[in-house]
Amino acid sequence: MSAARARTKSLYDRIRAVAAEYPERRSAIMPALRLAQEEHGGWLPPEAFREVAEALEVTPAYCHAVASFYDMFHLAPVGRHMVEVCTNVSCALVGAQQVLAAFERELGVDAGDTTEDGEVTLRTVECYGGCGWGTVVAVDHRYREPVRPEDVPGIVRELRRGA
Amino acid sequence: MARRELLLEHADERDLTQLAEYEAVGGYASLRKALGMERQAVLDELLAANVRGRGGAGFPMGRKASFLPKPGDTAKPIYLVVNADESEPGTFKDRELMVRVPHTFVEGIVIASYTIGAAHAFVYLRGEYLTEYEILVAALEEARAAGYVGRNVLDSGWDLTVVVHRGAGAYICGEETGLLESLEGSRGQPRTKPPFPAISGLYASPTLINNVETLATVPKILELGGKKYARIGVENSAGTRVFSLSGNVARGGNYELELGTTLRELIYDIGGGIPDGRELKAIIPGGSSVPVLSAGQVDTPLDFDSMAEAGTMLGSGGVIVIDDRCCMVQLGLRVAQFYMHESCGKCTPCREGTRWMVQLLRKIEYGEATQGELDVLLNVCDRILGNCLCPLGDAAAMPVASYVATFREEYQRHIDEGGCPFGGESSLEGVIAPVDQHHAHLRGQIEVPIHA
Repeated sequence: MSAARARTKSLYDRIRAVAAEYPERRSAIMPALRLAQEEHGGWLPPEAFREVAEALEVTPAYCHAVASFYDMFHLAPVGRHMVEVCTNVSCALVGAQQVLAAFERELGVDAGDTTEDGEVTLRTVECYGGCGWGTVVAVDHRYREPVRPEDVPGIVRELRRGA
Repeated sequence: MARRELLLEHADERDLTQLAEYEAVGGYASLRKALGMERQAVLDELLAANVRGRGGAGFPMGRKASFLPKPGDTAKPIYLVVNADESEPGTFKDRELMVRVPHTFVEGIVIASYTIGAAHAFVYLRGEYLTEYEILVAALEEARAAGYVGRNVLDSGWDLTVVVHRGAGAYICGEETGLLESLEGSRGQPRTKPPFPAISGLYASPTLINNVETLATVPKILELGGKKYARIGVENSAGTRVFSLSGNVARGGNYELELGTTLRELIYDIGGGIPDGRELKAIIPGGSSVPVLSAGQVDTPLDFDSMAEAGTMLGSGGVIVIDDRCCMVQLGLRVAQFYMHESCGKCTPCREGTRWMVQLLRKIEYGEATQGELDVLLNVCDRILGNCLCPLGDAAAMPVASYVATFREEYQRHIDEGGCPFGGESSLEGVIAPVDQHHAHLRGQIEVPIHA
């Protein structure tokens, strides 16, 4: 068995195990897509939909339809690291724009883009639920609260070091 | 009235994420008490407590539970679904409860499941809440090992399985039927009601759906007794709530208050007031979906009836403080962009209306709107209100219409002066909404032509 096949097999097994927690198998589609996304470097290529579809006995198109509804499923490649800046009202009132601008400057990309070396994706997000400690920034899905523009160079250095 | 900790009691001095610590302060005693009572007797305590839902709608919890068929009267399984998809802008209190008192929450889940006769409970947890997920799962593991969850709960002969289901980033999944669709493995688009979830919810079975904070209140109700709990707070607003304070305020954060505490006490006495010597301009008292209050209404008590009298709602308890640097047109635009982004697209007034709102607000902000277009904006809001499948459309239209009504002069100035009177100095200047970034290819479609 090839390495790729072994990987697919284990994803299949993991999805089946999650599905067993639900009275109906289809309920496991979100955890299954999350597992597949982790397996494929943070996004969902067409192959991922085929794998999830096989494990849950639905169609790949159905999996795509579900994934496209949710912001945390990525339908295009993303960087190895993800920086998400909340720009909803509470964070914006206390300067999320300046925090975002600092990330754009330090990383050399606009919000929504990935650095040329494929290391970091920067995006803005809707309210992440840390409003009292704005600006909220999620770095690789861990919240930093609050982040001020002067904190940004340090966060970017930390990501570059870890890269 | 002021701070009063029922849910967060002992959380400052003890690490209540640890089961032993929680048990040391009487944790899970309410569950033992409940299991020694008939199901109906537990429900009677919830009814007597008159506790209203803490998610946003404020529906009495006991009454909602009483709409479900009794376990013997239905052939279908009965489910408890917990709405932990906290995503109303300005709200972050469920997160605080899950991180600091996860066992209180778990105990509430088990008692509520017992009350309705559910053998299966699902916690629909906001996908972004990763740390919260880890803490909750650890607490559930501890509770399982101690016999509070799982097979034969505390030797009662009753089994309860609790599954934590993680969302993936969609505000609409906080709407109860959108949540059910999502939990069943579909796109999270709301269903028409009726049937209500109490009759036909998850997998078309009777389902009770409660918010995290509502369930975390349940152990305290059992401990005090419903009647005694009902005496805390004010009439029609029993108990405490955890309010999330944010925006232009010195000490943002979560504060548990007895209902009936005024906004002034929360913002000034507890929150330390407005920083940088600025003036209070406006308050959003219950998450971004609710109508705005002016600075002059700062003495309004935080309870359901007082908020309704003031023309707004207690909502999710997310209090956003806005100082005089904020342009209210930009606020309207940012709020409308959020709802446009989160509209599920199923029904027309919301899908199209939120786009019209964004387009019109942009024109007003950029000084390109005619006098008539301010009226068109209000007309669009009016055509959304009450005409949607779920509350999301209203949640967009209500606040924006209230900004225009309360700050009409400021909106008028944008039109009269041909641009923003703040001249680039507004606190919201240059804010980038995700919709602009992720859907750049759709911009042409978003800019729908306006025929005033």
